Amino acid sequence: MTKQVQQRDRVIIRFAGDSGDGMQLAGDRFTQETASFGNDLSTLPNFPAEIRAPAGTLPGVSSFQLHFADHDILTPGDAPDVLVAMNPAALKANLEDVPRGGDIIANTDEFSKRNLAKVGYAANPLEDGSLEAYQVHAIPITSVTVKALERFDITRKDAERAKNMFALGLLSWLYNRPIEGTMRFLDSKFGAKPEILAANKAAFQAGWNYGETTEAFSVQYEVKPATLAPGTYRNITGNSALALGLVAASRRSGLPLFLGSYPITPASDILHELSRLKRFGVRTMQAEDEISGVGAALGASFGGGLGVTSTSGPGMCLKAETIGLAVSVELPLIVCDIQRAGPSTGMPTKTEQADLLMALFGRNGESPVVVLAPATPADCFETAIEAVRIAVKYRTPVIILSDGYLANGSEPWLIPSVDGLARLRDEFKFASGSATADAAATGGFQPFQRDPQTLARPWAIPGTPGLEHRIGGIEKADGAGTISYDPDNHDRMVRLRQAKIDGIAADVAPLEVDDPDGKARVLVLGWGSTFGSIGAAVRRVRLAGSSVAQAHLRHLSPFPANLADVLHAYDKVLVPEINLGQLALLLRGRYLVDVVSYNRVRGLPFRAAELADVIQDVIVNV
Amino acid sequence: MSDAAANEAEFPEPQHRFASLTLVPKADEKLATKDFKSDQEVRWCPGCGDYAILAAFQSFLPELEIPRENLVIVSGIGCSSRLPYYVNSYGMHSIHGRAPAIASGLAASRPDLSVWVITGDGDALSIGGNHLIHALRRNVNIKILLFNNRIYGLTKGQYSPTSEQGKVTKSTPFGSLDTPFNPVSLALGAEASFVARTIDSDRKHLTSVLRAAADHKGTAFVEIYQNCPIFNDDAFLPLTEPGEREQHLIRLEHGEPIRFGADGSKGLRFGRYGGLEAVPVAEADPACLLVHDAHAADPSYAFALSRLDSSDFAHTPLGVFRKAERPSYDELMSAQIDAARQRQGDGDLAELLAGTDTWQVG
Repeated sequence: MTKQVQQRDRVIIRFAGDSGDGMQLAGDRFTQETASFGNDLSTLPNFPAEIRAPAGTLPGVSSFQLHFADHDILTPGDAPDVLVAMNPAALKANLEDVPRGGDIIANTDEFSKRNLAKVGYAANPLEDGSLEAYQVHAIPITSVTVKALERFDITRKDAERAKNMFALGLLSWLYNRPIEGTMRFLDSKFGAKPEILAANKAAFQAGWNYGETTEAFSVQYEVKPATLAPGTYRNITGNSALALGLVAASRRSGLPLFLGSYPITPASDILHELSRLKRFGVRTMQAEDEISGVGAALGASFGGGLGVTSTSGPGMCLKAETIGLAVSVELPLIVCDIQRAGPSTGMPTKTEQADLLMALFGRNGESPVVVLAPATPADCFETAIEAVRIAVKYRTPVIILSDGYLANGSEPWLIPSVDGLARLRDEFKFASGSATADAAATGGFQPFQRDPQTLARPWAIPGTPGLEHRIGGIEKADGAGTISYDPDNHDRMVRLRQAKIDGIAADVAPLEVDDPDGKARVLVLGWGSTFGSIGAAVRRVRLAGSSVAQAHLRHLSPFPANLADVLHAYDKVLVPEINLGQLALLLRGRYLVDVVSYNRVRGLPFRAAELADVIQDVIVNV
Repeated sequence: MSDAAANEAEFPEPQHRFASLTLVPKADEKLATKDFKSDQEVRWCPGCGDYAILAAFQSFLPELEIPRENLVIVSGIGCSSRLPYYVNSYGMHSIHGRAPAIASGLAASRPDLSVWVITGDGDALSIGGNHLIHALRRNVNIKILLFNNRIYGLTKGQYSPTSEQGKVTKSTPFGSLDTPFNPVSLALGAEASFVARTIDSDRKHLTSVLRAAADHKGTAFVEIYQNCPIFNDDAFLPLTEPGEREQHLIRLEHGEPIRFGADGSKGLRFGRYGGLEAVPVAEADPACLLVHDAHAADPSYAFALSRLDSSDFAHTPLGVFRKAERPSYDELMSAQIDAARQRQGDGDLAELLAGTDTWQVG
């Protein structure tokens, strides 16, 4: 049967089911298929913190949203065109996001009285007419899968478990995805269990055939490949990109990478990823706690390594004292904070941008550090390299503020050429024996004698003859580095440490403003993971005929040198943040600009449509 | 053939005297005690036991026969933790309780360094307790010297986790309520591979224990009883007073029968429930009298020894309780890296960035 094929320029699909239904896997595979087909894409995994929340309940719903298009897109999308609901809980939890007319593929096998009651449905919504506004495809996915797998020598449980492959197969047919990658994936995942492997492939095929042969679907869709810049691409998540960026920085600096880390959601994948890369000389230590993780990293930096620690908000609280020590002893240190909803434990698997002020100020004393934030999953790679460049050149801790959305979200990444990466070994030099001669002339090695340009102190690593010295958290005499309680010396050192960080502003790229027609009176300024939502919202506003400028900060401390000029060039500056206005507070305090703050703290990225409305409001009122 | 002789046969000319230094370069020249003195004025209170420990440590360091620049001393916070400033080597006076963590990162990434941790009873057993136990079980090649004066000195005299119960201090005017830690028992319970105890007043013994610690690859834990003349003077008097100390001290020598008392007339044997009891040698079955075995794989015996030490110092063993051979963490870490490189080749960055699933555009 030949079915009608409709063109779409972009599609948003959402797989939703119980935590144990394999929705993340199905979403991930569909993403890979879509990536290899050449669409631009953006993903949003959304899952509970509990490993297996009670089956069939609303808290147990796990979902994976994917936005793919024939053009460059910026967000995982607001509203799914297709919702796969593997049970009533998945339907209930996600229905309000599906626009009228959207497709709902529901697994009828799970819509039992008991499961309906669990989530408060008095009647079956698939039958009571309440979903009339949608295109409902009611399919007994579990039983069809089990029937399709009858010929295999596997347990019923294993057969049922393959229902996510059926759903994946069906969606792959619906959007005409290439399936070779998924077949290869199954080969490697189940290679040791040939029956299970064959069954999963059969389930996938059954899903595909179901779409092709039954009357349930009258249309197949086509989303043409996007015209991205030429080159070799892969799909990448933020945590992977961050890990790869650190390894690349280690290679380009010649500094062995040492990661001290304690498992924490959503940062653990950085530890996992780096632990596998021993062939790159990467040392990873799963520490007994967050403090030990950062302590070990600082120890490695003292020894001339690239010391890195990775964590999320609660871990940042514990690392604060050691980051302060790194500020005081002036050694490089990379701290990756994959922000999550707080305070306290908060919502571990949900995203937030509320650690900004903690990163800047969350230590005792005047304790300036460098703070950077990646804008997209792939941008985590470049941000990691920039963080290392600054850390080793200025001998300072650098905090990278990623978040749960960037960490687990993914997008196509134009794989960079290694030769094109920054040559970090040109950015620093260990102090060497030649300093000994100078030292003899000035009466001993001066561990806090600064480079006049960068204000960085010498990085004199153990094993270097003649440069033996002691450092610590006690205030040091300017130059000599010996203990000093002299009041004026302390004042000078406090200012020097601040001046060193402030001076980095001259060494970072100026803030770029996207203001295509030059007529905008309103600037939308963001930082971190809101880049995509803001960009998509700005596009909508421009399509609707208004002018608006967009700028996005990667450098939060110090701010780029031209930020004041940018802020003052517009009548109004709108600052959307997934917090209660932390960047806005800084901008008001530093630049005396009355910015408009827009804040939603729901544990989810902004929706483009919502931000577009906010921007329009500001434009109208300016 | 003794272990030492066996080693000699295999390695006719060992590069180093001490096992913890196999990957550390050897000094070109002979160093002297004065080479390890920094230009900083030592600022402990007059009469502090730390002076004696520092002096013993500095005069021992030339025995390592390593260049000064390959020696790193990391400390936490407290009176003892000021020590790195006074030794002319690389050093870090870090933050309260965290020295084992910092030293672990340093030692795990730089096997060519000899890394020593200086800490105190509050630093290591209270605020830094977690790092201490995990460093011990991890067995990174670091030497931890815990100066135990059973009091908080730098904060002026609060009770510490090793103070005896009922201790009256500024923060416990009616007496402390909590049971103290026995640091040796704690270390043994934390799977330490090397555990020893010594005392500030016996320089010869202290030096011998430092030697033994240096000769251990992995984490060596050394408790040093140290007198604080200001806030807890004479805390160890029964162990230092001539005439009395012989009644209490049990000097442990591997392979030697355990004998103590003024005339060496007492020995040790196991009691009914696994604890040790002191008995007059003359009255005991010689087969039951213990010969010290620090190398026993099972730490139970060493633990039993550590339990002899009660707050009245009735019987206090000094020396090496335990020295068990176990690969060090840094060694294992390096081996994993070497194995990965042998198996997969040295990492190729371009290949890593490309991953396994790519597609072409244009």
